[in-house]
Amino acid sequence: MDTLVQGRQNARPRNDGIPLALDLLRGAAVNLSAVERRVASLPGRRTVKKEWQAAWLVKALQLIDLTTLAGDDTPGRVHRLCAKARRPLRADLLDALGLAAAPPHVAAVCVYPAMVTPAVHALAGSGIPVASVAAGFPAGQTKLAPRLEEIRLAVADGAAEIDIVISRTHVLTQDWRALHDEVRAMRAACGEAHLKAILATGDLRTLRNVHMASMVAMMAGADFIKTSTGKEDVNATLPVSLVMLRAIRDYAALTGIKVGFKPAGGLRTTKDALNWLILVKEELGRDWLEPDLLRLGASGLLGDIERQLEHFVTGRYAAASHHALA
Amino acid sequence: MNQIADILATMEYGPAPESSEHVRAWLTRHADGFGHFIGGAFVAPQDGGQFDVFNPADGSLLGRVALGGAADADAAVAAARAAFPAWSALPGEVRARHLYALARHVQKRERFLAVLETMNNGKPIRESRDIDIPLVARHFYHHAGWAALAATEFAGWRAIGVCGQIIPWNFPLMMLAWKIAPALAAGNTVVLKPASLTPLSALAFAEICAEAGLPPGVVNIVTGPGALGSTLCRHPGIDKIAFTGSTAVGRELRRITAGSGKKLSLELGGKSPFIVFEDADLDSAVEGVVDAIWFNQGQVCCAGSRLLVQEGVAPALYDKLRARMATLRVGDPLDKAIDIGAIASPGQLDTIHRYVEIGRRESAQCWQAPGTLPNTGSYFPPTLFTDVEPASTIAQEEIFGPVLAAMTFRTPDEAVALANNTRYGLAASVWSENINLCLEAAARLKAGVVWVNCTNMFDAASGFGGYRESGFGREGGREGMLEYLTPAWTPRAKLSDQHATINAAPARHPARSDATLDRTAKQFIGGKQVRPDSGYSYSVLDVDGNSVGQAGLGNRKDIRNAVEAAHKAQGWSSMSGHARAQVLYFVAENLGARSADFVGRLCRMTGAPAEAAEAEVAAALSRIIHYAAVADKFDGRVHHTKARHVTLAMPEPWGVMGISCPDDAPLLGFVSLVLPAIALGNRVVATPSPAHPLAATDFYQVLETSDVPAGVVNIVTGERDALAKVLAEHDDVAAHWYVGSASGSAAVELASAGNLKATWVNNGRAIDWFAPGEGQGEVYLHRATQIKNIWIPYGE
Repeated sequence: MDTLVQGRQNARPRNDGIPLALDLLRGAAVNLSAVERRVASLPGRRTVKKEWQAAWLVKALQLIDLTTLAGDDTPGRVHRLCAKARRPLRADLLDALGLAAAPPHVAAVCVYPAMVTPAVHALAGSGIPVASVAAGFPAGQTKLAPRLEEIRLAVADGAAEIDIVISRTHVLTQDWRALHDEVRAMRAACGEAHLKAILATGDLRTLRNVHMASMVAMMAGADFIKTSTGKEDVNATLPVSLVMLRAIRDYAALTGIKVGFKPAGGLRTTKDALNWLILVKEELGRDWLEPDLLRLGASGLLGDIERQLEHFVTGRYAAASHHALA
Repeated sequence: MNQIADILATMEYGPAPESSEHVRAWLTRHADGFGHFIGGAFVAPQDGGQFDVFNPADGSLLGRVALGGAADADAAVAAARAAFPAWSALPGEVRARHLYALARHVQKRERFLAVLETMNNGKPIRESRDIDIPLVARHFYHHAGWAALAATEFAGWRAIGVCGQIIPWNFPLMMLAWKIAPALAAGNTVVLKPASLTPLSALAFAEICAEAGLPPGVVNIVTGPGALGSTLCRHPGIDKIAFTGSTAVGRELRRITAGSGKKLSLELGGKSPFIVFEDADLDSAVEGVVDAIWFNQGQVCCAGSRLLVQEGVAPALYDKLRARMATLRVGDPLDKAIDIGAIASPGQLDTIHRYVEIGRRESAQCWQAPGTLPNTGSYFPPTLFTDVEPASTIAQEEIFGPVLAAMTFRTPDEAVALANNTRYGLAASVWSENINLCLEAAARLKAGVVWVNCTNMFDAASGFGGYRESGFGREGGREGMLEYLTPAWTPRAKLSDQHATINAAPARHPARSDATLDRTAKQFIGGKQVRPDSGYSYSVLDVDGNSVGQAGLGNRKDIRNAVEAAHKAQGWSSMSGHARAQVLYFVAENLGARSADFVGRLCRMTGAPAEAAEAEVAAALSRIIHYAAVADKFDGRVHHTKARHVTLAMPEPWGVMGISCPDDAPLLGFVSLVLPAIALGNRVVATPSPAHPLAATDFYQVLETSDVPAGVVNIVTGERDALAKVLAEHDDVAAHWYVGSASGSAAVELASAGNLKATWVNNGRAIDWFAPGEGQGEVYLHRATQIKNIWIPYGE
């Protein structure tokens, strides 16, 4: 199973995008209260228990973009993170879960451009790609030329995925042409690397803005759309995610192309992770529950998953100190 | 443990069963069967009979309950009657404490009640746990508040007495709460009969009443077949009947209670429209449809069972809907991840099958999500019919199952026309991002509840109830409390059942000859003075039997013409209150100018002394001024329901009303009834006092000179009860007020069952038209309107 997942990772056809189609935005109708009702009722409508819960948590683990995006990141810190990315679960848990033959690992390690090189070294041979934020992360308020250059340098250092930030200005001024051109240029700068477009939805404020920005980013060729940098006041929320997932569904219906989704920031607990997995499965279906179409941008989540899996295996509540630090 | 790897491949949800251990233990404890709850204790049925109660999810036997009969009803009513004086006399705050205790106890038993409800009814545990039981607690909390406030908020009103309450099987405990909480808050005592399919949560509630220390006899619960409900309706010891259920049974109960003096509220069936305009959030509208028709397996009186979609977006919406249907999970209702549970009974399942077959035969396109249903128990898959025509059976009949009938429209006008093309009027849902469109549709829809960009929203602070044949009366909110109160002045002495004999032959005694030019009173229809269709007139006699003139002997065709004229005067209902007020002030002005004429007319016609006639005209004048003043002041409310929601309670006129006026105070009685009705926007067909009609026929000249638009007031003279019968039977008359004899009151209530029009009759009891608060006041305004609740969530 795990080899299958690895084989599919980053192996989906790229989203080549389509010309900007403003008529697809004009009808952007998103009703906040109705969206909130849907996400509020969902945890009551779906749940997973026992073995199913354990399996879903392993799945969540496999979808994590294990992330460190801090001013005090060092090669040493990144090495430690990559070691955890390779072996996220203790051997006794793997045995108990019947996964020792093909131990699960996280989907990717996500770092700043300066940390791409140590990450690539640390993950050599693991099959785990390195993702780099780029393009003026997190605010996107630098000029386009250095933003594009930053992307090219990160790719040159070995990043297989680039998490770009969009210019929120273009969304807030409804300049969809400019947004489309910008993301298109970044897509070109990525080359073979996959592009995840961070919409920074906390800055966009309204769900209609989120819907329209999602559509334009996909039209411009984003392989993933991602909620947040983790640095905005509000990061990934279920209502915002629902709107983005519905945009992904509309885009797939229009073009036949499946675009990925990455909520980031604010996912800390296994309950959060399960809520997002359930939301994605309900709105987009089983296909999206794989690392090539879904990532969870998180750092603390992994620890909670480990504890919950230990509880599943032993029946006892777990202590964080019994699990290796990331 | 390679099961984990397998699940990783499929990513199925797996089973998530809710434990039924505690409920099963309770059922085992009651394995000998449940008694009735009467006078604070469980008592065996008087003839010892019991019947079985099943779990529709697997057909298994859950328990045996008492098979109630007339003797049990007598005992329960006697217990409620005995408890009434003390309970109604308690300070509101003490009643509030009892209701608060019930709310608290329901909350402390929330999971127990949710599991029990799901086992007996078949609804998903998600719904009983997250919706039904929280609403039960909410209802008791809210009405604890009304109990505390009743003395000040409802000054001038009093409790009615013993209430008989009959509830359906689709929301067993929620319907119980909607019935019992307001009844108790207002100071009534109750005898409640749960549905025979689903009595168990009511019996658990009975135990809660005892546990919470509710005084014995305040709540009595009797179980039994539908016939027991009829027995309660016939019972002379009951003062008010509240029923929720089918329109057919509601109609039967209207007939049974006719003439009994019982107050009646009916919450009946529906075929509620769910309207999706092209600028709606289609994905959210799809979720709305799920909540509208696949909530509680579609067994919801206000289910959005008719999907009306603007033509341009219909294909896209249907695609999204079919995709969504494929993700609905049907199965064991006790599984926490099930969307659609079991149909409440095999009989209901048969009904659904039958309608779906009819739909297929009538060549609508049927689509059902792929998937398998459980092998045992009563299940039905979510079903979508497209290409449904308004004439299709499945577009007209309430199916009460997970079956949606979809059709398209072109324009907002057509959407409203299709939506209103039904005998029902319970609820409607409107989806558009354009507030202009939403609010206009909400205003034009004939429905007691309109949900804008939402559906099936309930809250104790908001009224719920229907227009048209969906019943009358509201449950919840201030408007719901009024159903359990009566004006403090009722009742008064009975009037004689005799009435003036009317004969079209020339009078034996000549009119007094005072050399004035002969005047001919005519029917006043559509703003025109017309001769009676019959060609007959009858003599109007004074106290000495002398003729004082003639009045037209109206017949059913005059009524038909008057109703048609009233329908044409629709503009009156949509005018601003201010504009109506101006017209009514002008009426007062013109009556004032002619008051001497009216005094003279009353004296000659009734033999009243001059001071009495002067007093009546003066009172009529101030009554007109009062209702002119009210015309732009009978405001609606904004209910406190959920956060970030505006829930409007808008009083709307019935439309066309029939009014049968009394003989006493022939001018003041007429004015006291007609003026509040028209002040609030109704158009009326009024039949004046048959004995003394000429004050009313003089009055049409006042109307004519006062810019009252043609058709707003139509006056047909003749025999009260004969004309009342035509009005009460008329399917296009929405409400009828009758003041006359007891037998006439009974006849009006009986005839009203046809279209279930709201009636207000005096049961043959006198009304003091001069008494403040009795001849005029708030109750007239409530009775002249029905509340439309409009839910508008907001936020960008």
